[in-house]
Amino acid sequence: MSAARPQDGVFGIAATFWTAPDIYHACEKVRDAGYRRWDSYCPFPVHGLHHAMGLKRSRVPFFTFIGGMLGFLTGLTIVWYMNMDYPLVVGGKPYFSPVFPFPIFYELTILLAAFGTLGGMFITNRLPRHNHPLFDYQPFLQTSDDRFMIVIESSDPAFDPDRVRALLEEAGGEEITVVAPGAQAA
Amino acid sequence: MPPPPPPPTLTDTAGPLGPGEVAGTVKPVDLPRKPLVLGDRSYHWVTEKVCGICEQKTPTWWWWSFAIACGIASFTLMGLVYLVATGVGVWGLANPVNWGWAIVNFVFWIGIGHAGTLISAVLCLLQQRWRTSINRTAEAMTIFAVVCAGIFPLFHVGRVWFAWWLFPLPNANWIWPNFRSPLEWDVFAVSTYGTVSVLFWYMGMIPDLGTLRDRAQSTWRRFFYGTLAMGWRNSSRHWHNYEMAYLLLAGLSTPLVLSVHTIVSFDFAASILPGWHTTIFPPYFVAGAIFSGFGMVLTLILPLRAVFGLHDLVNQYHIDAMCKITLATGSMVGYAYAMEFFIAWYGANPYEGFAFINRAFGQYAWAYWIMISCNVISPQLFWFRKIRENTALVWIISIFVNVGMWFERFVITVTSLANDFLPSSWGYYSPTIVDIFTFFGTFGVFSVLFLLFLRFLPLIAFSEVKALSLPQADPHNHDHPQNQRGQEARG
Repeated sequence: MSAARPQDGVFGIAATFWTAPDIYHACEKVRDAGYRRWDSYCPFPVHGLHHAMGLKRSRVPFFTFIGGMLGFLTGLTIVWYMNMDYPLVVGGKPYFSPVFPFPIFYELTILLAAFGTLGGMFITNRLPRHNHPLFDYQPFLQTSDDRFMIVIESSDPAFDPDRVRALLEEAGGEEITVVAPGAQAA
Repeated sequence: MPPPPPPPTLTDTAGPLGPGEVAGTVKPVDLPRKPLVLGDRSYHWVTEKVCGICEQKTPTWWWWSFAIACGIASFTLMGLVYLVATGVGVWGLANPVNWGWAIVNFVFWIGIGHAGTLISAVLCLLQQRWRTSINRTAEAMTIFAVVCAGIFPLFHVGRVWFAWWLFPLPNANWIWPNFRSPLEWDVFAVSTYGTVSVLFWYMGMIPDLGTLRDRAQSTWRRFFYGTLAMGWRNSSRHWHNYEMAYLLLAGLSTPLVLSVHTIVSFDFAASILPGWHTTIFPPYFVAGAIFSGFGMVLTLILPLRAVFGLHDLVNQYHIDAMCKITLATGSMVGYAYAMEFFIAWYGANPYEGFAFINRAFGQYAWAYWIMISCNVISPQLFWFRKIRENTALVWIISIFVNVGMWFERFVITVTSLANDFLPSSWGYYSPTIVDIFTFFGTFGVFSVLFLLFLRFLPLIAFSEVKALSLPQADPHNHDHPQNQRGQEARG
């Protein structure tokens, strides 16, 4: 997709950390060094790490809102349509009012907002993605247990293997490894 | 001996202090926090403990329990087959009591579910970190309880093959459902509740499923957990969106859980029957639901803790908290019982007044007093720490809570129907053996589902436990012994 670089075939450079404070401060360093295409991997959401990484507010609420509005309008429409399609006088009351079927709107708002939230989480995270170069790097699998990892990706415009390695070393990273899909990095 | 120097105070320095200086002078009081996970455990220990449960060889007791649970579940199956083959007449329903055990069991099971959502959603919004040890189990309980609850209204409609008419779908006569009926609201409330509970449960489980996938040795496990984990890779960018989504789902589930039992109570409250037609029903039902749900959570979690040795993860702190919520909601329920009586008297409606006198001293007085002793009296024992610390006793009281809450629904449903306005149409309701078998079997259905959950899915939300219950997870807690390693490496 971008111009050929000497790092072709390399996904990025990974460094391992062992504690939450370490990954937190390392992320601050990588953020301040100005990298854009990088990520940290933690077995649990480290509190405040998005600040240390300089991430923007999540866009999931947008999807929740769309879902919720869709649910409310769906509820409104089905009740209105069905009372017009088969007019049934109940207690001499009007065929439609937004008040009596409110529980229907309420529940459908929540239902579709919940689907919007889950869907929004998948969309913003670009999931499901079952195949990722990092899954081939054996120590990476321990990030779901007790390891923390920072990976600076080769697609970053400022990616330079030596400088990235130096930065990660300075940040306290261990086992700094070039992750190349296909070739199992040593 | 010279006098010791006076301790430094804010007024010691010349001139007003800047904000930084104040912070430097005044040390915040350091109160020790009660640890949520005992034994100063590491991240790895938590992973091993929880994943180990579904990775070990299937224990013998599991097979025995599973077989027994299947046997019990078959009672529901046989009861329903007989019902469908014969007709609703095989249940004990007859004029004037046309709502019997079916609705009682429905409200009972749906109420049990509420504690799961309360733990996962409301306690999440209130930042109660102890919830992480029990929320997964409680959410699973919710879903399986909703499954059991759904059986009853579904078959209560009589011709179950027309149950889809409950949903607003065009049928042969092009008649649509009546949206003024609380029973129709119930269809939407309960189906939304079931669906959102599954979504919440599943989303919370994705990171843990990712861990199980990463640890998987066999191909089918890698495939099974891999598919469910959706390629989750613990990226902090993902966690960021995930946490937002989790918070939003908690925010959505909170009004949902309150609305579900409110709408269930509308089934009664929107009628004109004495004893049902009261405005206290929605909050009273919600409190009762949470009460019964916590009873069930305690009933389930205490044996699990013993069987799997989870004493560090689910410790006295958690049991105390659950007992206190049971006590609080049990007292609310007791208050509601008292208030119903007061309003029946104060409202000066002779039918209403009779309905309540009849509840306490009429033909169903035995059920009423079982309800009072189980729901109002037994949780009051949780005021005493000695009792909260006695696990066996807590477990027994939790059973009482479950029994009491079933009887509450029985009392509400049956007493009002059996003795309404006209003494000439009074009756006495008794369940048939088919009613009893069908209800008994739902405990088997629940247990089958719950045992499968224990076998295949992580029963504790361990990524949340790591984040919220382990002190070393705080990125500013540099002094924690388990956070020293990186500092030593840096020198």
